[in-house]
This record gives sequence, C-alpha cells and structure tokens, in this order.
Amino acid sequence: MSSIHQALVDIVDGEHVSDRPEELYIYSFDLGTAEPHRPDYVVAPRTAVEVQEIMRLASREKVPVVPLGGGLSLAGLAVPVKGGILVDLKRMDSIIEVNEKGRYAVLECGVSQAQLTSYLAQRHPGLTHSEPGAPPTATIAGNVLIHGQGDLAQPYGFNSDQVNGLEVVVPTGEICRFGSCSLGASWFTCHPLPDVGLFSGWCGTTGIVTKIAIRLYPAKKIRGFGQFVVEDEELVPEIIHKITRTQMAEDVIAFSRAIPPFGMGLQHFTVNISADSEKELEFKQELIWDDTLGDYIARGSGGYLGFIRGLERPQISKTSDYKKGGGFEYVGSIMPVEKYPECYRRGREISERHGIPYTVTGRIVGVGHSMMFAWTYAFNRADPASIGHAREALHETDDLVMELGGVIWKPGLYGQRLIMAQLDPNTRALMRRLKDVLDPQGIMNPGNWEGL
Amino acid sequence: MYDLAFDEKKCLACPDPVCLARCRYMSIGQEEARQEILKIARGENSFVLRDCVTCYACEEYCPMGNHPLFLIAERQEASGLAPVPDPLIRRAVNLGVPFRGEPVVEEAGGDVINMAAFSELSCLVQGKLFEGMPLISDDGRKMFHYFCQLMYLHYARTSVIKERLPGVIATIMKHKPARVVCFHDECYGAYSSYCPSVGIEVPFTPVHFYEFLYERLLELKEMIRPIGSRVAYQRPCSSRLSPDKHRYVGEIFRLIGAREVEREFTGENALCCAGTIQGQKRPGSRKRAVELQRKNVEDMKRAGAEICVFNCPACFQTLSGLVAREGIRPVHMSDLCRVAIGERPKGWEAIE
Repeated sequence: MSSIHQALVDIVDGEHVSDRPEELYIYSFDLGTAEPHRPDYVVAPRTAVEVQEIMRLASREKVPVVPLGGGLSLAGLAVPVKGGILVDLKRMDSIIEVNEKGRYAVLECGVSQAQLTSYLAQRHPGLTHSEPGAPPTATIAGNVLIHGQGDLAQPYGFNSDQVNGLEVVVPTGEICRFGSCSLGASWFTCHPLPDVGLFSGWCGTTGIVTKIAIRLYPAKKIRGFGQFVVEDEELVPEIIHKITRTQMAEDVIAFSRAIPPFGMGLQHFTVNISADSEKELEFKQELIWDDTLGDYIARGSGGYLGFIRGLERPQISKTSDYKKGGGFEYVGSIMPVEKYPECYRRGREISERHGIPYTVTGRIVGVGHSMMFAWTYAFNRADPASIGHAREALHETDDLVMELGGVIWKPGLYGQRLIMAQLDPNTRALMRRLKDVLDPQGIMNPGNWEGL
Repeated sequence: MYDLAFDEKKCLACPDPVCLARCRYMSIGQEEARQEILKIARGENSFVLRDCVTCYACEEYCPMGNHPLFLIAERQEASGLAPVPDPLIRRAVNLGVPFRGEPVVEEAGGDVINMAAFSELSCLVQGKLFEGMPLISDDGRKMFHYFCQLMYLHYARTSVIKERLPGVIATIMKHKPARVVCFHDECYGAYSSYCPSVGIEVPFTPVHFYEFLYERLLELKEMIRPIGSRVAYQRPCSSRLSPDKHRYVGEIFRLIGAREVEREFTGENALCCAGTIQGQKRPGSRKRAVELQRKNVEDMKRAGAEICVFNCPACFQTLSGLVAREGIRPVHMSDLCRVAIGERPKGWEAIE
C-alpha cells in the first residue's frame, strides 16, 4: 500500500478509499467522447474537514486533485487527465437548511437535483429551485459551478446567478466562506463579497466547493407548458423578445430536431407557465398566446400547439436513442439570442455532414439577455468511427461558437484552448495570477485551463 | 386520381338545407346555407371556407347524403384557406410519415382490431371483451403504416389523404382480415364514408368499435353488473361520419346499466372537444376553444354526470384533465364496459 493511499485511509476510512483497478476504471471516463484516463486513487470524503485534509495531503505531495460531483458534464471535466486523487463528493449530501421565508437552501456539495426536488416537494411544497434538464443524479453544486441553467432561467438567470453563498476548501487547505455566511450570519445573500468569480467556470481548478446556498422560488400550484411552432428560423429571436417582454413565463426554450421526423425543419418553443389559480393561468395564457403571438397565428406563420399541465423537463439525453449504441455529447454555448437562426443552420449542416440526426436547443437565460444554445450529437459507443465522427462534429461546433461570437459553455480541453487563444491578454494574465495564488502547486484538476 | 363525388344537384333539390344552418360555430340561415354550399361546390369564394372549424357535424346534418365537410376541406386546400397556420400543417403532414421500418405482418384469417395510430392504447382492448381478437398496429414504432389519415380534413389536406390512404389499406389487407374493427371512430369514418365518397376501394369490411363492443357485451350478458353511475358522453367529431353507429352509445349504456344524463350538448347537438379549434388561425381561436370546453364540461356537471365517457383519444387528451378537475371521472368506453363485466382495467384501482 502506498503512503498516499494509507494517508487517505487515515483521513476518511478504508471503505471510502480505493486504488483497485476495477474502481479506478469506473472513474476513468465520463459519458461523452473524452479520452479516458485513470486516477491513481479515489476517495469519498464525508466532511469539509476531510476534504481539507485531503487537499493538504495533495499539496504536500504535489499530487493532482480532481473533484467529482455527479460526473455528468459530458465534457470530460472530471476525467483525471493527469491521474492523481479523484475526490468523489457524492457522500456529502446533507440538506443543511431550507429557509422557508427567506427562500434559500444550504446544501452540501453532493446533494443531487432529484434529492432537493423531492425534499422540497415533501417538506416545502411552496418552494422550488431552478432545476436543469440534467439527469436527476446531477449535483446542485456541480451544475452551479459550470454555470448551468434550469427551468427558472428566464426570470432568474444562470444557476450561478442564484447563489447566496459558498464554502470552499482552497488548494492550500484553508476553508473559506463567501457571502453573508462569511460574517457568521445566515446564508441569505452573496454580499458583501461574492466569490468574485474565483470558482464558477473554473472547471474545478481553483478549489473544492463543500457547501452552497442557493435561492429558492415560489412553486405555484399549477405548472405546465405551452408549445408554439414556426417554420422560419429567422422569426425565433423576435418571438423570444416578445415572449420575454411579457415576463409571464418561467422557462422559454426554442428547439429543432431531425427525430421524430415530424418536427424536422420546424422551430418549436416550449413556454413554461405557472399560476396559483385558473384565473391567473388564463390571464398569462391570454397575454402570451393571444396578445403577443396572435399576429403570427392569424398570418399563418406561427401555430399554437396547446398547453399541457405538469412539467416535462427537457432531457437532451433522449437523443442518445438516435443511434445504436446509446452515446451522445453536446456542445453548449452562451449566445446572443439573435444568433439563433445561424446557430440552427450551421449546426444542422455539421450534423448532416457527419451523418448524425441534428438536435439543437436554445434555452433563454434572463429576460432575453442570452441563451444557452446546445448542439447535440449522438454516437455509437461500440463504434470507434461513430465516436470519431461525433468528436469531429463537437470540435467543429466549438470552432463555430467562437466564430459566431459566443462563449463555449463548460468547455472541454479543446474548447478551453480555443477560449484561451482568443482571451484578452490582460484578462488572461489576471486569471493566471489568480490561479497561481489559489493553487500555487498547480494540483487542481490539471490539464484544465492549462497554459493560461 | 380520386375525385369527391359531390352532387350539386342534390343541394339544389334539398328540401331542408340544414347542413350549414345547424352549424354550432357559424351563424347561417337556411337559404344562405344552400347558397354558400353551392358557391363552394362551384369553386367560388365563401366565408364558410374561412370560418369553418372543421367539426364534421355538417356531414351528419346533410339530409341528402352529400359530403359538405369533405367538399369544404377540398376547397380550403385549393384556395389556400386552410383553417390552421402553415407550421401546424407541415408538422401534422410529417407526423403521418412512417419512419421506423416496415411492420411485421401476421395473417389473421379472421376478424382483427385495428389500433391504427393508437398502438400505445392497447391497454384499452384487454380482457374478456377482446379475447380471441388479434390486434393489428400494436407496435408504436410502426403505427403510422395504419394511420387512416383522415385527421387531415382538419388541415385542409385532402390531397394527403388520397395519396396515402390506398397504401394504408394495402397494409391492412396484408393481414388478410375478414372484418376490421376500428378502434377509433375516425378510421371507421375513413373506410365507411370517406373512401366511398372519393372512390377509394376498401376491400375489407370495417366494423365500428361500439358495434363490436355491443355484440360482445350481449355475448357476455350474464356477467354484466349494472354500473349505475350517471354518465355523459363526449362525442368526437369523427362520429359525425357514421351517425348510424352513434346509437350504440345509448345501447351500450342501457346494456351495462349506466344512466346517461340529460344534457344540452348531446347527440346531434354535441360540442366538439375543441382540440382542433384552439390552434386555428381565426383570431380568438384559443380563447374560443377554452370557452367551448368550459361550456361543455359545465353542461356535464349541471346534468349531474359522475363519469365522462370517451371514445376518441384526442378528445380524452384535450378534455380529461378538465373534467377530472370538475370532479367527473374521465373513462374510455371500453374500460367502462370492462368494469361492467367485473374487470378492473389498468389504472382503475388507483381511482376507485
């Protein structure tokens, strides 16, 4: 047994540390197309203090540390490209506090989307969080840290905009708090000093978030979605502009896909609407479908498909059924809404060139301030050629994002290189200095944001 | 290739031109109705082409056996006056295109039940009533090979119906059925009414689902325990294509001891589910649909209905939530019949 393995056992216990090949194999890949790499050790701490000790050990031994939440980024962000200690945070799954009146929750970093959703439904049915279309095992903290967005993105922005506070173990071993909690107060606001961009979007290269406070929102008694469809993709930005102006929707998504074929070439919108009464619901529906989109319907260029009660969260993982072999990965981007038509056309071209049924999705973030636009590519996990096609398509799409003036969302290594190449030199230098201050040994998720 | 046999002379000779005059969605006098349908038959413009909500009821009202709705739909297509926006038409037309391979055909050599585009509702044809009846189109991936296409009357695309329906009939014939029991009214209407009207040959005998149910219930009469509940029936638009079969609704209710409530919107005066209306181009269509649905369900409630009985899955999808919120249980006719013979259909336990 190596000294590092023994040290990890001493920090947690023998049950939650492993260097066995079969377990290292499981942690060597994610579900996307990233090349697999095995860690040297896997450890599953239970407390922030254990994380702190692991971090001190790694710093002392100059061993890489790779934090893992749900492992569902698909971009290879938790694949340990330089080996080291993989820190699986799923055991840190306590819901510490839900403040009903203050509408926030304090969570450990391993709490999953499904866990919080069911907890709120059972104990605080008047509250909800902005739940992404990710699988239910995705963690709240992981999603926040990659700037994820959920089904309340339209009114409240990215999930990283909805943070009230963080507890972080930095690579040098200190446990730091950000937000009102840093004053010893409750976790009701991210002020006076928010995390100033030290942890979100850094792909786990600046520290391990061990606690997070997120905002909660009123869960109305009736929640459902209406659908609208147009043929002309050029109409999408103006329709989004009009819908968001009503400020009546919870979630607005535009999408187009080749499968099932009836939707091919059409642009669909799903608009989530919630209400506490039938009167409120009808008022909102009238404002959106009749007053705002009525002209498109009367002209025949837009069609209303009806309203269905109950939420159906977008699961782009369904596209994994498009090809035998069940694989899929997507490029996400943060884009100006006005780019939707070009994103659709160019993405469709890339898909068709690689023989992949196209799927594009744009979720509106903020009141039309931007959208998270994603191009999804299915592949056959058992067919290297199919994986290769998907990987090429993904890289071409990363290039496209930059060409169109967008920002690659949760970039993998290829996308990170593209961003760094285009980044303002002064900004890049500042990021480098921040990284050096926070992680002087360069142990955190090496390979990511490398060469700043 | 297939031409609608619409006889203008019948309209000229019609003693009681109520086809459009009785329309629940347009206000037209009797003589005006005659003039408008004649204008449409002659290829002239008519406000009816813009205002028709395609509820199918004129097919039932016409006393001369002409086909006013089929004619209106053809002329709407020819004039570019489809009642719904273009993206909905494109989406709907694409919907009926099979895309997941060819169906596996097993020869039946007897009667079959055709689930058509409702393979996923095979749970509604289980139990003793359906014993010994093979299903065709029970694979959701292949169901559009059996889709009767008549839905396109709502979309002013009779050309699509005529283009595809002969192929659908050929697929059904590969099963070598004796009689084809049509799970959905619309299929029965397609084969018994639409096909003859345009000259598409139907080489099998279509059987209305309710006629089949009624016959089977008679065979199992000893098992029937009267339901006793007060029921309202949501008549689907496609039932207007086979008004002679609508009587089976009452016959079945009597046989199973369900008490049909006295309603304003029943029989020939039934209101459609408004699922089609909500998406139409005419300004205010969504709100109009909401209002129609409210009136319809209020009528059921006022009459004291405990159960709303459906045949059409589209009506069920459109109205079931609304009736349930008003305390009326939405039930498919076949499930109601199964309950009457002592069976417990899927999901029934959860609401008992």
